[in-house]
Amino acid sequence: MLGRLAAVDKIIEAHGSDREGLIQILLDIQREFRWLPKEILEHVSKRLDVPINYIYNLTTFYAHFSLVPKGRHSMHVCMGTACHVRGAERLLDRTSQVLGIKPGQTSRDEKFSLDTVNCLGACALGPVMIADDEYLSNPTLEDIRRKADSCE
Amino acid sequence: MSEIIKLSSPSDFESLREKIIKGRDPNRTAVAVCSGPGCLAYASGKVFKRFEEALSAAGLEGEVTLAQTGCHGFCERGPSVVILPDEICYLRVSPEDVNEIVETTLKNGAVVERLLYKGEDGLPIQKESDIPFYKYQQKVVFGDNKRIDPRSIEDYIARGGYTALVKAITTMTPEAVIAEVKDSGLRGRGGGGFPAGAKWEATAKPPADTRYVIVNADEGDPGAYMDRGILEGNPHSVIEGLMIGGYAIGANEGYIYVRQEYPLAIDNVLYALDVLRELGLLGENILGTGFSFDIIVHKGAGAFVSGESSALMSAIEGRVGEPRPKYIRTSISGLRGKPSCLNNVETWANVPLIINKGANWFKSIGTEGSKGTKIFSLVGNVKNTGLVEVPMGMTLRQIIFDIGGGIRDDKEFKAVQTGGPSGGVIPEEMLDLHVDYDELYSAGSMMGSGGMIVMDKDTCMVNVAKYFLEFLSDESCGKCVPCRDGIDQLLEVLRRMTAGTARPDDLDLIEDISVMMKECALCGLGQSAPNPVLSSIKYFKDEYVAHINDKSCPGGVCKALIAYTIDVEKCIGCGKCMKVCPVNAISGDKKKPHKVNNALCVKCDSCYQECPSKVQAVTKIRQADVITAFATSEEAANE
Repeated sequence: MLGRLAAVDKIIEAHGSDREGLIQILLDIQREFRWLPKEILEHVSKRLDVPINYIYNLTTFYAHFSLVPKGRHSMHVCMGTACHVRGAERLLDRTSQVLGIKPGQTSRDEKFSLDTVNCLGACALGPVMIADDEYLSNPTLEDIRRKADSCE
Repeated sequence: MSEIIKLSSPSDFESLREKIIKGRDPNRTAVAVCSGPGCLAYASGKVFKRFEEALSAAGLEGEVTLAQTGCHGFCERGPSVVILPDEICYLRVSPEDVNEIVETTLKNGAVVERLLYKGEDGLPIQKESDIPFYKYQQKVVFGDNKRIDPRSIEDYIARGGYTALVKAITTMTPEAVIAEVKDSGLRGRGGGGFPAGAKWEATAKPPADTRYVIVNADEGDPGAYMDRGILEGNPHSVIEGLMIGGYAIGANEGYIYVRQEYPLAIDNVLYALDVLRELGLLGENILGTGFSFDIIVHKGAGAFVSGESSALMSAIEGRVGEPRPKYIRTSISGLRGKPSCLNNVETWANVPLIINKGANWFKSIGTEGSKGTKIFSLVGNVKNTGLVEVPMGMTLRQIIFDIGGGIRDDKEFKAVQTGGPSGGVIPEEMLDLHVDYDELYSAGSMMGSGGMIVMDKDTCMVNVAKYFLEFLSDESCGKCVPCRDGIDQLLEVLRRMTAGTARPDDLDLIEDISVMMKECALCGLGQSAPNPVLSSIKYFKDEYVAHINDKSCPGGVCKALIAYTIDVEKCIGCGKCMKVCPVNAISGDKKKPHKVNNALCVKCDSCYQECPSKVQAVTKIRQADVITAFATSEEAANE
């Protein structure tokens, strides 16, 4: 825990303890830990002298922040309009079926997280998903299963 | 930059510019590997690596320039590699092709024909600008992407970069800069189309000790990635525009608000800013002119509504990005209560061009009320997906059919959606509409930031309207009731329609809710939220009626209303559908007609897509008809 807080202090120092930098601080913390654990937010609240409810207001407003742990492997299905008209909903169904979790959820073993994004900017490949860093263009059930099996 | 010498006067800049240009051979061979988001997804990173290895193995590093550039535009055929100066355009390049390109083209000056674009007559087209996708475009803002390494300020300066800034701060008064932008007729490229010059003037006017200029790079429209393409590929063009704006308005601080989902754009901008500071083109007393300016990058944490000007400024202040009522505009009281001018990425990128080439040049492009070019992300069910830049006033038909190559799989065109969640759909009979701010608005849609989503006959307009409302329901900040509850009520009605439980007066209800939202919502998000629904009712009312009265989905999309069946006359018993079915709902012997068990079917559409296009035995029918069929067969069994 102390090690984690030291890492948080480093992030705060990089941005300064002004309230204006709060979103940037939270973004860096999210990147470091993949989510925003409660005790870390409490620590930030103390360090910046900002009420904890103010921080929760931010973290529940912005889509990028997560208050629950994220899996070691992330699956993002693009829900952009271009992907939508090419069958993104069906792709999301397939992915959800393979992983056994719904969008926004993390599997019990914290192996996978399934999320939707509004546009990946890879419309030519639509419907498209990103499995960790790999783009999969309209993968079949079998393709997704293969990808999931290859994850440690 | 190899060695940085701080520039302290305009003549310092001029001599640097001359030195860069003199040191460059315009005929030098250069390889531009596209690293836009589309090409990267097609593994263009590996192609680039392979080029590095192959060039060094061939001993050509000294003779050939290799660059990972921003988006070239033709995402459909990525990864794209362009060999300059001849503009030889290779498409769908895989890492395995690289050695052949180096051997054949770079060493022996011949072309690798199989990687060229094939025209309709089947003949290969060598030059990029001769390919139909590029031929009808007019690349003014986006054209330098393939000639610029986003990490090289020398590349930008060699293309005339920062000469507009120097011209503005050394030879023009701030008022003259504003007058030029005003005269050019440049309108905001982010959606609303507000005249940029008027906004600048309004920000410069009120007495204040501090003013701000801001780039809106919170590109949140689903299906649009133009700003990303500019910021990743040519960050200096946006920065230069912002600096000119800062000078004109009297701001010493600029912000770039960019969504954190664009890490490459953020990296390239931060890198560019560092170089500019080292060069002395950013900071105190730039080039000794007395103009001081610096830029801060703020990463957005993901909220569509934060693209609204007052909301975006709240977000920069570290608060929740919610809009406020704008009795007082942000040009008078914006960021930290100071006069602030917010423009979109593409708007800023147009500014250096206007200053350098003049308002008259800019006015010569476009239509009466919309000047210049516009970049669109042409996506959806179109053959040539990609980013296209066209003069204002081009018709939708030209964009979709001449540039876009028509509809994928040669299906029938149904509609095109512009303006994202605030815009609307445009039907086939209006394809000859000239694309500009005013014509799109009068058609019930809007320009928006430039998303252009093409839809074929297999698209359900009710479903698309529902899609946008679901998006908006997630993204509404919830501050005002008309938007928060209005969207959810509209969504409820559309959910009923797609579920087959619509009420006869639902269309009137939509009308009522929409009028209320347009009149009462706090910001543009809520006021324009009914647009996707209203425009599709305007042009595709019969589809809504079919959902309500007939409980059928003509587009064959709404799961609750459709069912799958196999036409025994057409089925050849190839078994493809059976193999792909995830729930084993299809049965049948080889070479004999197959059957769908509708009780098991989860309507995943896999069989429909898998059935060979020549056969088309899998068809969609009304769900209501399946139940009847069941009842009859059960009745028959009972008897």
